[in-house]
Amino acid sequence: MNVVHGALQSAPAASKGQPFLEIKNVAKTYGSVRGDVPALSDINLAIRSCEFISILGPSGCGKTTLLRCLAGLDQPSAGVISIDSKVVSGPPDNLGVVFQRDVLLEWRTVLQNVLLPVEVYRLNLQEWRQRALQSLTMLGLAGFEHRYPWELSGGMRQRVAISRALLLNPTLLLMDEPFGALDAMTRDELNLELQRIWMADSKTVVFVTHSITEAVFLADRVVVMSRSPGRIADVMDVDLARPRDLAIRETGEFARLCRRARLLFEQMGLMRGGLRV
Amino acid sequence: MSSQTLRTVAVIVGFLLFWEAACRLFNLPTYFLPAPSLVLAEICAEPRWYLEHCGYTLFTTALGFGLAVLVGVIAAVGITYSKLLENTLFTLLVSLNSVPKIALAPLFIIWLGTGVKSKVAISFLIAIFAIVVDTVLGLRSADPGALDLMKTMRSSAMQILFKIRVPGALPHMFAGMKVAISLALVGAIAGEFVASQEGLGFVIMQSQGMFQTVRVFAAILLLGIVGTVLFVLVDVVERLVCPWHVSHRLEQAELAVRVRC
Repeated sequence: MNVVHGALQSAPAASKGQPFLEIKNVAKTYGSVRGDVPALSDINLAIRSCEFISILGPSGCGKTTLLRCLAGLDQPSAGVISIDSKVVSGPPDNLGVVFQRDVLLEWRTVLQNVLLPVEVYRLNLQEWRQRALQSLTMLGLAGFEHRYPWELSGGMRQRVAISRALLLNPTLLLMDEPFGALDAMTRDELNLELQRIWMADSKTVVFVTHSITEAVFLADRVVVMSRSPGRIADVMDVDLARPRDLAIRETGEFARLCRRARLLFEQMGLMRGGLRV
Repeated sequence: MSSQTLRTVAVIVGFLLFWEAACRLFNLPTYFLPAPSLVLAEICAEPRWYLEHCGYTLFTTALGFGLAVLVGVIAAVGITYSKLLENTLFTLLVSLNSVPKIALAPLFIIWLGTGVKSKVAISFLIAIFAIVVDTVLGLRSADPGALDLMKTMRSSAMQILFKIRVPGALPHMFAGMKVAISLALVGAIAGEFVASQEGLGFVIMQSQGMFQTVRVFAAILLLGIVGTVLFVLVDVVERLVCPWHVSHRLEQAELAVRVRC
């Protein structure tokens, strides 16, 4: 129960200098019939409290594996992940997760889906109902709270999933390609909304994506990963003022960062010609 | 009424008219094939008597089916969670399913007598298989993403069962129940065929012995009605319990299109 009460005090206890989330020498191998397959190797990363980190990489680079390790859904084969100096051995406290698929429960209405964490943590439903409604309104879903997921578009469904992940005001928000299945316009819109939410209600975000533009647009730092085994190829600081609008993507600094990431992918032998920005 | 229902009714009425016409045209003897009008008149002549037998069969069927749902769902949860139960109970159930359960009816008369108990037991036994198999399938096919989501919230096994697995399994469970309800009726009738003083199965056997073909047909007609009503009942409950389910969703969409056209 104190899980959630802790969540209400937004700033995490990490002192200055001490990273909020620390990944040390993490490796992950999967056993298969043809022997062990390395998915992650030698991952080292320190994330500050309230930082927005994008993890950028091609499919199969282990970025989802890394996120699953952070969420406590998988255990690293070697190395240590710690949050607030506590070693992660299962899903940590005050965690919100948004997956690539929205994972809405089809038999629950929008509001009931958002309230799922309240039920799981056995909190007062009446009390949280009001907050859930506010959160839905904030994400442009007012009037849809009693609809079923199948009545919503892909973008709206993902908004519900975000609303559910944010309801208990987690200190750590993990997002695994949450907008990967959406069209470009909806994706832009949700990028802007995510930035707004993150700025209003500071929390640490780890955002996995394979879109260079999205990664740079959202993050304070972009962690670029390479493939087989997944390792960190580069960490880029993004010193662009906030709040950022979509036009920032046409600035020189933005283009420079995107080019840098793209060059890394080209060196890895990916994306020859036909570049995607 | 939807056009689908209308078509069904039209086909049945057409068939009955054809039957009636054939009986009159060829002057078939009543003991061979009575006209539908005679069958209807027979029921109307003794409504109470038929109703009592109808009630008996309905009662044993419903009881057998109800028990099958209760025991079947509990067994399915056990099989889903316990490797031991899966290896023993489930294996036994699947291998026993190749034995036609109607063949066991005489045994149940020996064990439980000629009363209600033996009929309920046969009905139960024949219905439970479909329920267990479909419920196990449904419980196992829970969305791995939803299970991950629940894990990130550190939910208990009970919460995962009742919030994810069971609701997700409901469409499968109802598919199993729709098969099971028809089978439960078959089981009840089989029991009545073997030994009984009551029920529509008893009516059929007794009348057949005396060449009262009209009565046989009257009982068959009532059985058809009982079977349909039971099936529709399960369908109605399904619509109430899982209105979100895909097949109904498609129906609604279809309806919306039709209304617009």
